[in-house]
Amino acid sequence: MTEALVTMRGVEKVFRRGSEDIHVLHQLDLNIPKGEFLALMGPSGSGKSTLLNLMAGLDRPTSGTITVDGQQIDRLSRRELAHWRSANVGFVFQFYNLLPVLSAERNVELPLLLTSLSKKERMQHVAAALRIVGLEHRAKHTPRTLSGGEQQRVGIARAIVTDPALILADEPTGDLDRKTGDGILDLLRSLNSMQGKTIVMVTHDPHAASQAKRRLYLLDGQLSTEMAA
Amino acid sequence: MKFLALVLANFRRRKLRTLLTMLSIVVAFVLFAYLAAIKKGFEMGATVAGADRLIVRHKISLIQPLPQAYQSQINQIDGVAVSSQAAWFGGIYRENEFPFPQIAVEPEPFLTIYHEFVLPPAQKAAWLSTRTGAIAGRKLVEREGWKLGQRVPIKPTFLQAKDGGAWVFDLVGIYDGAHEEVDTTGFFFRHDFLDENRRWGKGQTGWYYIKVADPNKAESIVKRIDERFANSPAETKTELEKAFIKGFAQQMGNIGAIVVAILTAVFFTILLVAGNTMAQSVRERVSELGVLKAIGFTDGQMLALVLTESLLISIIAGAAGILLGWLAVSGGDPTGGALPVFRFGPEARVTAVIIAVVLGLITGAWPAMQAMRLNAVEALRRE
Repeated sequence: MTEALVTMRGVEKVFRRGSEDIHVLHQLDLNIPKGEFLALMGPSGSGKSTLLNLMAGLDRPTSGTITVDGQQIDRLSRRELAHWRSANVGFVFQFYNLLPVLSAERNVELPLLLTSLSKKERMQHVAAALRIVGLEHRAKHTPRTLSGGEQQRVGIARAIVTDPALILADEPTGDLDRKTGDGILDLLRSLNSMQGKTIVMVTHDPHAASQAKRRLYLLDGQLSTEMAA
Repeated sequence: MKFLALVLANFRRRKLRTLLTMLSIVVAFVLFAYLAAIKKGFEMGATVAGADRLIVRHKISLIQPLPQAYQSQINQIDGVAVSSQAAWFGGIYRENEFPFPQIAVEPEPFLTIYHEFVLPPAQKAAWLSTRTGAIAGRKLVEREGWKLGQRVPIKPTFLQAKDGGAWVFDLVGIYDGAHEEVDTTGFFFRHDFLDENRRWGKGQTGWYYIKVADPNKAESIVKRIDERFANSPAETKTELEKAFIKGFAQQMGNIGAIVVAILTAVFFTILLVAGNTMAQSVRERVSELGVLKAIGFTDGQMLALVLTESLLISIIAGAAGILLGWLAVSGGDPTGGALPVFRFGPEARVTAVIIAVVLGLITGAWPAMQAMRLNAVEALRRE
């Protein structure tokens, strides 16, 4: 049996809005093995992004435990979580979220600023990441001069530059046309199959989800169906 | 250092806004330099006044004369090292385009008391041997284009010469200051020439300069001098030179307080302008800051990033303003002589640097706290 990278046990997430408690996740259990490419689907407000944020250590569960690569992250302090994220998680966002004032290579370099690597080493890692996403020739370009697909590739390069165990992608093709989106999905798939990256992708799009090895459906705060791809 | 590129990149985000904010800070510091120099000018060197120097004047006012006969009694008071008579001449040179003070003094004791007036020995000897001789400060000589040996005619306003015409002095010496803050716009001539050539006021002088042997005993000497002439027709008011200068300057109002009030208003306004710029700048990139947090920047690093940005704006613009202000003030007294000591000294420059740093810290504090407390999940939702 493949070793689990992410383990969630009895996870509850309750948001308080005014005097009302909103139960977003109910007693959720989940195992994500290493090397998995998981698509997380469900309607708006079903808790997909909340689940992703919990895995990323950006949010804390109301109860339950979350363990990623042997580290129980729900017990870490804010500062410890920040350090943990910088080493273990890569993010890919729907709207790319690149810093417009920085070139592509400077955007990719950002997570490396939190490491002890020298400038030369950082630039070597950046070049490698840009090569993987096929954008080494656009390294000096600012986001404004890149297409949506290219920006998302830069976003993916930024996510993999520190070689994290887990890549979390929130609607990575949501802002792209089908053809460009397919290119991004191909890239994620190759990162999963060729480099063994564990990827959790939140998506509304059944076509995008079909590219994953496994699909999970989140409905009313619970994983209702689990289907093999 | 590796985060500096990230901080500097933000300056390019809204170039015009950054530029205008920095420009407002530059202007504030140029103004600071000017007002500091004006304040210095009004203090007229009070900060460098000798602790061993006293001024004895008429108790009623400075324009009331004192008897010359007082000098021998003053010299007898224990602790008085040397004294010089001094009288205000108040004459007009040319059309009085650039007025300058002319004071009659006794050369030998005067130069002993004011040892910071540096006069070459040959010129000192010439002054002592020339009854109509006068010395002038370097700034004044340069402004008027005088040369040694030149005759300087000055029309009297109240001290009429015997012949009713202008007083003509021979310029026998040009003094320099021993340091930058010495006023070199003065004109001094011999009191005995004044006595010899004036129509009225014989036996009278304006005030006395005194040098005391021990500055620690200056206060008690002040008392003794005034007690000595109490209940006489011309009672005296003796002061330490510093107090005398400050009192003289305050005849026009408390310039220091006025300057501080203006600068407080200016920097408070700049605080609002720069603070608003920083707050706006952080508000505009909440989602970007959210990304930084998501990829692992700690709360402390977020605080440091925003605070560094604010500090850099303030320090770069402040340094430019200080430099420009310094250059402008170095151009000289814009009043043509009303402010003999007009300089943006090291003390004021250090104060300006401190203000620039404090300005950067204050304007960046609130936005930096916001960036630090930012919830990454909330921030990333704001697309």
